[in-house]
Amino acid sequence: MKNIEDKDKNKKPVTPEKNNDIINDVTSGEYKYGFVTDIDTDIIPQGLNEDVVRLISQKKGEPEWLLEFRLKAYRHWLTLEVPTWAHLDIPEIDFQAISYYAAPKKKEGPKSLDEVDPELLDTFNKLGIPLEEQKVLSGMAVDAVMDSVSVKTTHKEKLAELGIIFCSFSEAVRDYPDLVKRYLGSVVSYRDNFYAALNSAVFSDGSFVYIPKGVRCPMELSTYFRINAAGTGQFERTLIVADDDAYVSYLEGCTAPMRDENQLHAAIVEIIVEDRAEVKYSTVQNWYAGDKDGRGGVYNFVTKRGLCRGDNSKLSWTQVETGSAITWKYPSCVLAGDGAVGEFYSVAVTNNRQQADTGTKMIHTGRNTRSTIVSKGISAGHSQNSYRGLVKVAPNADGCRNYTQCDSLLLGSHCGAHTFPYIDVLNDTAVVEHEATTSKISEDQIFYCNQRGIPTEDAVALIVNGYAKEVMNKLPMEFAVEAQKLLQITLEGSVG
Amino acid sequence: MSALSQYIEIFDSHRATIEAKSAEVMNLCRQDARNRLEGKRLPQKGTEGYEKTSIEDMFAPDFGVNINRVNIPVDVSLSFKCDVPNMSTIMAFVVNDSFVPSSTLHNKMPQGVIIDSLAKVATENPQLVSRYYNQLADNDNEAVALNTMLAQDGVMIYVPRGVVMERPIQLVNIFNSAAPLMGVRRLVIVVEEGAKAQLLICDHTQNSEYRYLSSQVIEAFVGQNASLDIYDIEESSDTTSRYSQLYARQERDSQLIVNGVTLTGGVTRNDYHIELVGDNCTSTLGGMAIGSGHQHIDNNSDVRHLSAHCNSNQLFKCVLDEESTGAFEGAIYVAPGAQFTEAYQSNRNLLASKSARMHTKPQLEIYNDDVKCSHGATTGQLDADALFYMRSRGIPEQEARTMLMQAFMVDVIDMVKMEGLRDRLRHLVEKRFYGQQASCADCGVTCRDPKKD
Repeated sequence: MKNIEDKDKNKKPVTPEKNNDIINDVTSGEYKYGFVTDIDTDIIPQGLNEDVVRLISQKKGEPEWLLEFRLKAYRHWLTLEVPTWAHLDIPEIDFQAISYYAAPKKKEGPKSLDEVDPELLDTFNKLGIPLEEQKVLSGMAVDAVMDSVSVKTTHKEKLAELGIIFCSFSEAVRDYPDLVKRYLGSVVSYRDNFYAALNSAVFSDGSFVYIPKGVRCPMELSTYFRINAAGTGQFERTLIVADDDAYVSYLEGCTAPMRDENQLHAAIVEIIVEDRAEVKYSTVQNWYAGDKDGRGGVYNFVTKRGLCRGDNSKLSWTQVETGSAITWKYPSCVLAGDGAVGEFYSVAVTNNRQQADTGTKMIHTGRNTRSTIVSKGISAGHSQNSYRGLVKVAPNADGCRNYTQCDSLLLGSHCGAHTFPYIDVLNDTAVVEHEATTSKISEDQIFYCNQRGIPTEDAVALIVNGYAKEVMNKLPMEFAVEAQKLLQITLEGSVG
Repeated sequence: MSALSQYIEIFDSHRATIEAKSAEVMNLCRQDARNRLEGKRLPQKGTEGYEKTSIEDMFAPDFGVNINRVNIPVDVSLSFKCDVPNMSTIMAFVVNDSFVPSSTLHNKMPQGVIIDSLAKVATENPQLVSRYYNQLADNDNEAVALNTMLAQDGVMIYVPRGVVMERPIQLVNIFNSAAPLMGVRRLVIVVEEGAKAQLLICDHTQNSEYRYLSSQVIEAFVGQNASLDIYDIEESSDTTSRYSQLYARQERDSQLIVNGVTLTGGVTRNDYHIELVGDNCTSTLGGMAIGSGHQHIDNNSDVRHLSAHCNSNQLFKCVLDEESTGAFEGAIYVAPGAQFTEAYQSNRNLLASKSARMHTKPQLEIYNDDVKCSHGATTGQLDADALFYMRSRGIPEQEARTMLMQAFMVDVIDMVKMEGLRDRLRHLVEKRFYGQQASCADCGVTCRDPKKD
């Protein structure tokens, strides 16, 4: 069970001294991605000022317009205050104590996989990411982002044949500046919120996807994000553009090493969906969540928004949130095109001292737009799990339909589950429904399982998986298996 | 200048007058309330909890406050239009913010029951009033603190241990003055262990030439195994704004029904804070609002489960027509340790016109695992199939719409336990949908019409 190879011995969380073997098993199984890869990293000194923004831009060899964008964002960020409205208890973040750029040191860009640092390959092997070309058969194109710098993108040639662009953000800036310039910040402006402004100022890399007209992307595109270096934050940007009649399914996975300091992850995801195009965005978020007493863990403050600009376009968010000390994000859909469809399926699990304030925003501005929200929250231990969502129907958006269902499951009597839906209907032809329930696993169900020889812990896992099935079914198959396992691991030891 | 400062100014410069015309118990709370308001503002639109209603704007006009307690003569009989036929009630009036007993009030009352002017009871029996006055209301809320600072009189309802009130109490709030006026209304309701009472509150505005503002704070104490029903009906004018805040506390095994009905008015904001502090309480909270013209109705509920085995049920319905806007924000809070809680909340809204607007925000905040809680919210319009069905059977569209809207409100009306009132409410709602205010003609009571005199 222990494949933890923590080089930073004194920072490793202390395993509680318990005689009980089972508990020991459980605690050591806390977070299996908690290793640190010992590769040379190029880290700039901590702190943030205009020079740092310029330095990042210079290191990336960026054109002038992008530097301007960063500086505008930075200057705007200076005028903002840290938002406090969430149902979260966030310790004060010292933005001057974070290093805003950390990249695996590259001598020259690797030409083939053989030239990639073997340590790096090891890392991704440990994560189970099929980076090697031999895994072509697994049929997935992967862009791996480590400390917010894209290290390797696979299957590029094959995708290029179809005219699909799938590359790191910096490559996109270099090779397709017109596309990037046209779409960057068009969905999430740098003025959007505090963390969006911060990201716009200091983002180091990310992924860029462009699906041309009428192309159906033949494979799942996938990005793995990993924070490796200590004392750094991760600020990446993802920009996906699906042109008319295009289709793409995009996956995102996240892990981080175990450290007893908190690390900040403030990313931006922007999606543009044109006429009749469809984008499916799936996330399995498993950042390090901190230890049992809430030490360490990642602050996951992400702005994700899609603009369904085209008529009959469709955007579907699926997320499985099991990691992060604090999760604070609302993947949203702006349904601007007539007949656009927005979907949001989420499972958010919190255990120990984790906190989550997550949900979605569905903004209906086009006619006959439809949205579905299914959110399943599971809280255990001393965690707090909140759903917060907005459904807004604009005055001219006739014939809109929304259905929202958010269920919360409570495991244990010290955790909390909260629901804060905001429903704003400014049009009389809209039909908006919201339903929420909160309950615990019924004793009858547990008893039924026990009776058939299933131990309580397994029974809980079984019931929880059944409870989350509706969302899991929306995940691509490769991810569904992983997500299911994750759910089990996250909840281990949470049953008294 | 914020709206609050004009009232603080009144208090600072006329404190002696205010205190002279009130009671010692009430005066003792003023300074603290005044201190809390220092440097504060009334909530504005967009503040968390006040998304769609600006209390600042509500209080901003230059309202007079009747601090000299000038007796404004009011013909109470005019308001008999809200009297409930086939139901005998113990009636009292509040004109603007002064208590006016009806002639028959005292001889009908069971032993020990007090229904009287709050200032009078506070002077005669300060121990009793100080035990309850200003004990529940949250003076951190600016509007409550403002009320505490300025309130000179109000109503005290005290039902002692074990007394079961056969007849309901009816309180008629009337606005009538020759200048814009703010009524600082205060209500203390105490229902002791094992006692039972029903209270019907009706809000009216007689002279709608001027603007009125009702700032009302109700504190209700429901003792062990006691039962209290509060039905609050607003039938005022579009020149009347109302901010009513109810704070209720329920002890073990008690029952509480609160039902707020907004038929006509200007800007209405109702807050319901209910604390379930003892085990095994039952709490039912209903709300119905019918909006038209430029009416704005904002209902806000906060049911706090602090103890085990309690049940709460909330149902709020809203029909909005023309340019009216509605808002609902409701919360269920379940504290750690409040095991076996069952709490439900439902908010249903109908938008009957293009420009009507609805904002809802139901919330659950739960810190305990052994609970059954749910909330639901819908906003939509009348079922097209049902409408078609009725029209195909020869019912004109307008008629069919009205019938369906009436039917929509039925389950809130059914929460009312007083039979006479239930019928009356049905009637009122029907009239309301036809755009009429209830009039004397419908009333079973024959009373004189001053205009004919």
